[in-house]
Amino acid sequence: MRVGLLVTCLIDTMRPEIGFSTLKLLEAAGCEVVVPEQQTCCGQPAYSSGDRKAARALAEKFVEEFEGFDYVVIPSGSCGGNVKTHYVDLFSDDPAWLARMQRLAPRVYELTDFLQNVAKLDKLPGEGKSAAVGKVTYHDSCCGLRELGVQKQPRALLDKAGVEVTEMKDSRQCCGFGGSFSLKYGNISSAIVDEKCANIHDSGADAVVLGDLGCMLNIEGRLRRTGDDKTRVLHVAQVLAGDI
Amino acid sequence: MQVQSMHFKTRAGQKLADQRLQQNLKKLSTKFVSGRASAITELDDFEGTRNAAIERRMRAIENLDVWLETFEKKATSQGATVLFAESAEEASRLVVEIAKKHGVKKATKSKSMVSEEMALNRALEAAGVQPIETDLGEYILQINNNEAPSHIIAPVVHKDKEEISDLFARVHNRPRLTDIPQMTREAREMLRPQFLSADMGITGGNFVIAETGSVAIVTNEGNEGMCTILPPKVHVVVTGIEKVLPTLEDFATVMRLLPRSATGQSISNYVSLLTGPKREGDADGPEHMYFVLVDGGRTGLIGSEFQEMLRCIRCGACMNHCPVYQKIGGHSYGWVYPGPMGSVLTPSYAGIENALDLPQASTLCGECHVVCPVKIPLPDLLRKLREKQVDMHLRPAAERIGLTVWAFFAKRPTLYRLATKIGVRFLRMMAGGKKTISKLPGAGGWTDYREMPAPSGKTFREMYKERR
Repeated sequence: MRVGLLVTCLIDTMRPEIGFSTLKLLEAAGCEVVVPEQQTCCGQPAYSSGDRKAARALAEKFVEEFEGFDYVVIPSGSCGGNVKTHYVDLFSDDPAWLARMQRLAPRVYELTDFLQNVAKLDKLPGEGKSAAVGKVTYHDSCCGLRELGVQKQPRALLDKAGVEVTEMKDSRQCCGFGGSFSLKYGNISSAIVDEKCANIHDSGADAVVLGDLGCMLNIEGRLRRTGDDKTRVLHVAQVLAGDI
Repeated sequence: MQVQSMHFKTRAGQKLADQRLQQNLKKLSTKFVSGRASAITELDDFEGTRNAAIERRMRAIENLDVWLETFEKKATSQGATVLFAESAEEASRLVVEIAKKHGVKKATKSKSMVSEEMALNRALEAAGVQPIETDLGEYILQINNNEAPSHIIAPVVHKDKEEISDLFARVHNRPRLTDIPQMTREAREMLRPQFLSADMGITGGNFVIAETGSVAIVTNEGNEGMCTILPPKVHVVVTGIEKVLPTLEDFATVMRLLPRSATGQSISNYVSLLTGPKREGDADGPEHMYFVLVDGGRTGLIGSEFQEMLRCIRCGACMNHCPVYQKIGGHSYGWVYPGPMGSVLTPSYAGIENALDLPQASTLCGECHVVCPVKIPLPDLLRKLREKQVDMHLRPAAERIGLTVWAFFAKRPTLYRLATKIGVRFLRMMAGGKKTISKLPGAGGWTDYREMPAPSGKTFREMYKERR
């Protein structure tokens, strides 16, 4: 199984270690992983900001780089959602590109969806390391949940790794990140993330686990600003790979 | 109503700082969100019902002219007068003319958001007609100096009981009450003489039914009945042209979804279907019945990429579930319709340049789309409005330049690699020995409220190359 990995721009720059945890998991699942060297960003910032032209250019770039693989795996719900569900919109006026995308789309997977439903990984590298992470709660990132149906997959994998998840209240409620929304309307965004932080605290968890860098930076940033230096914010790949 | 959406940022800031409002807005999730969640489980086939409702609403909208004509013929044959208004202002003028024609001095009103578009109360007052809001929420707002509603189905959701107790005591000039049944009784005592002395009743219309020429009105208080079958000589229905449904069966389908999605009720306390004025032998009913059907920008959406917005049934589920609405309330949005549906409708009806913040002020989390009973792809429509803003050069220069520069690099892998290499090292340097950055020039929107978690200082791809 030849898998192309889209590292995503935020993991590439902000949290490279999550990229390595992802590699470890895919290799444990027996995949031959290729990281295309020319990759940059899937174009979601442009698409969400209404810059269709730039979004389209980056979508073409993505298709060219990734259509040769058996599968494409993305350790992020929002980048995954952008590629899998929105690229077809960007190509809607161009039958040739649209056809290429339609052939590619079914082979594009969010990481946990891929590990659980395609690779069917049962023996996780992080197994037996649950003590290191303590009590865990899971935040459902919006795009992964609502565009890709990622909800049971990360929980099933965490369970296989022996990590017990204590659900927080409203785990599927948005954390208030919303890409450039968090910069343009920082005050509204922080009011929303405050509620998320309160729910995380009320769950009594030592760590909140999630599958998206945007939510991760937002929640971690607000927890630290409000004086919580203890609650860990971890990507699900780190926990499953045992890199904790 | 005048558009105030350009003041979104200021207003939202004020609302966030209003602790009492923040407390009051919690009702949305405790009451409406959980109410809907349990009410939809009563339907054997919720998805099937939604799909059927979509089909029935779109059948009407795709042939709107045909169904409006069918409705007009049927309603006219039942003795009603059907008038069409191209703009909200024209609709207001028509209602005022009807009032003048029948010598109306006082008009009772049941809840109507379209009448808010029309600024109808102001127009009536200017013409010497006293409008009396009779929906409890709208009544509270009217006696509070004509405050605007902050929600389409729960207009006073932003207020708590204590505020209303104070208001009643002051305006009614009676001892202050705190028991809700007693307070509503007092409001009824105030409204009863108004119902009895009104010359005209104005109602909204949740839908108008083409095959019967009827208006369908959904309420919980029964005030629409008091407005229309108590003494008034004249009943005027004001609603949008997109509210037509071909058949009663269509209405039945939509009604399985509307109260459940709105308030979490299986059915509202009252559902009225009113057809024509009083006939010979009828015990009650108005002598004259008018329909004022308002376009007000709606036909502009037909055939456009925003057409799906027209199938909205005005349940309010999108705002109840919106993380942004839940924090800033309805008044921040600055026009008639708040929340996600309002952020699509306001730019569409009141001008895209007058409401630049609204399509941007969304996290695009998608929950509005998930809960919309007729599955309007609200996040997609908001995104399309953002595209329109870009196409019309309505975005600020800094944002445009920022995106252009970013896209320039993202399209050029070699340059991008170099830029990110420098970028992460710069951020690492900004953090010093710390794990996070507390102040970052140009990113105040972030660092005013949050720490910026610092990167480790090398990109994944650099490290990957080194390790292979």
